[in-house]
Amino acid sequence: MSGYGIEDLVYILPIVFLLVWALVLVLVEAFTKRPDVTMLLAAFGLLAAVTLSVIQFGTEATAFKEMLTVDGYAVFVYMLVLASGLLSLGLAYDYNRRMGWARGEYYILMLFSIAGAMLMASAANLIVVFLALELLSIPLYVMAAFVPNDASSEEAGLKYFLLGAFAGGFVLYGVALIYGATGATNLMDVVAAALGTNSPVMLLTGAALILVGLGFKVALVPFHMWTPDVYQGAPTPVTAYMAVVAKAGGFAALFRVFIAAFPSVSADLTPVIATLVVLTLVVGNVAALAQKNIKRMLAYSSISHAGFLMMAFVTYGSALYADAVTSLLFYLLAFTVTSFGSWAVVIALEKAEGKGLDFEDYAGLGKKYPMLSAAMLVFLLSFAGVPPTLGFAGKFFLFRTVLEAGYAWLAIVGVIMSLVSAFYYLRVVRFMYFEQGDPEVRSEPVLNLVTAITVVGTIFLFLFSGPLLAWASEAVLALI
Amino acid sequence: MVAIEYYVILSAILFTLGIVGVLIRRNAIVIFMSIELMLNSANLAFIAFARQYNELNGQVFVFFVMTVAAAEVAVGLALMVTIFRTKHSIDVDQLSSLKG
Repeated sequence: MSGYGIEDLVYILPIVFLLVWALVLVLVEAFTKRPDVTMLLAAFGLLAAVTLSVIQFGTEATAFKEMLTVDGYAVFVYMLVLASGLLSLGLAYDYNRRMGWARGEYYILMLFSIAGAMLMASAANLIVVFLALELLSIPLYVMAAFVPNDASSEEAGLKYFLLGAFAGGFVLYGVALIYGATGATNLMDVVAAALGTNSPVMLLTGAALILVGLGFKVALVPFHMWTPDVYQGAPTPVTAYMAVVAKAGGFAALFRVFIAAFPSVSADLTPVIATLVVLTLVVGNVAALAQKNIKRMLAYSSISHAGFLMMAFVTYGSALYADAVTSLLFYLLAFTVTSFGSWAVVIALEKAEGKGLDFEDYAGLGKKYPMLSAAMLVFLLSFAGVPPTLGFAGKFFLFRTVLEAGYAWLAIVGVIMSLVSAFYYLRVVRFMYFEQGDPEVRSEPVLNLVTAITVVGTIFLFLFSGPLLAWASEAVLALI
Repeated sequence: MVAIEYYVILSAILFTLGIVGVLIRRNAIVIFMSIELMLNSANLAFIAFARQYNELNGQVFVFFVMTVAAAEVAVGLALMVTIFRTKHSIDVDQLSSLKG
């Protein structure tokens, strides 16, 4: 039995680099205590990791005795979470200084968590899924509670921690049961052994427990209770970060694990998944209607988007799953760009920690800050799925796949729920343009840059939906 | 030798107790202990299955899980200490400033 070679490390170089870089930054921060230096170095590390990922385009390899896979699917998610990391650095930089608690550890924790999300996309072994999930989550618990002496941030951190660890327990016990049923945790060996297993109940229970655990992470109803509280209490840049990266990591692992390892239980799980999707869409959208706080509204909106993303999952046992994963990746991209944009506007209006977050605070924004409110309008339309925005293209491809797979009723539920969502998104628009008010917005360069990038991305990438979809579908080919 | 099934059943019981503990207890530390019980029940299952298949993987996983559990303890207890300083309580029913 041979050990591991240097080529194993080379295959996962973006992740290795990011982790080593984060460790170096721990030392840099300890000796210099200059948060802005750490932030710049963290941004540099993310850019370097992006470069390393670009080099990996077209790689098809497994590393560390098939514990990790590097393929187009993984690299797509790498790029997505690394870009998210850069955007959230931009959001956090001005915000943390304005609120007076800029600390370098914040950026270091974020690098660790991004490495965890990248590992989730690459994980080809169930135990690696668990370890990557914890690497993604544990830094996030700290980041959620990052505001010093602030009861709501601490409360958000503790709630997130308790429910996240609870969910981790489910995933782990699921892995243990699958190990028991098949004698393997490697996805390829699991799928081979699953066909001849003499304990299908144990296999099914294990798969269901993993679904529950990851469902907690990506905030599917009925495992979503923590989401509104944590999103509201956590500092806004952290909320923006976890809304996207925790979802991207969770869905990336969910799809790879279920498509690669559990096609044999798809007939049993598909009705459960369809139920979860409908519940998530209905509860997420209806509860969002009743919100008055913009962070809570966006929290429920992100729950509903988890429902949309999960729609792709009902087809996982059918021949169409490649299309489904393609539309999932595309929708994830659309959600990422739109979500960061909307959070950037929220941060621009947040006066002090937790202040300036009600709909009333948006009154009069259209008259006083036409550019900012136009940007918000674009993001809200993209969330609701109105052309010409990226969100429309995402929903379009997703519904098309679901229709082709023969789930017409599910597509109809999706369309109805998109209409419902338009109500609460347009309520913000009404406040911005048709109510009187005098909002105060700070113009901060990095934040404005993030807003500009995302608003351009939301519209401009829509025009390039075709090539982007082709890229996503090429990425998925490797998964088959 | 005790049959493998008994270990698996015991681990399932421990796992269920852990879930029940998380759902009904209100003290954050006790909730956290229940989560640890869930992780350890998975450890027991891993060991039992490793014995059944006569291979080492399952036993090695336990070390990974213990490491993760230790990392969670560090973060979790730190969070509880900070919240106790602000609120003088770690009763999760009193964590209700976030609502809507």
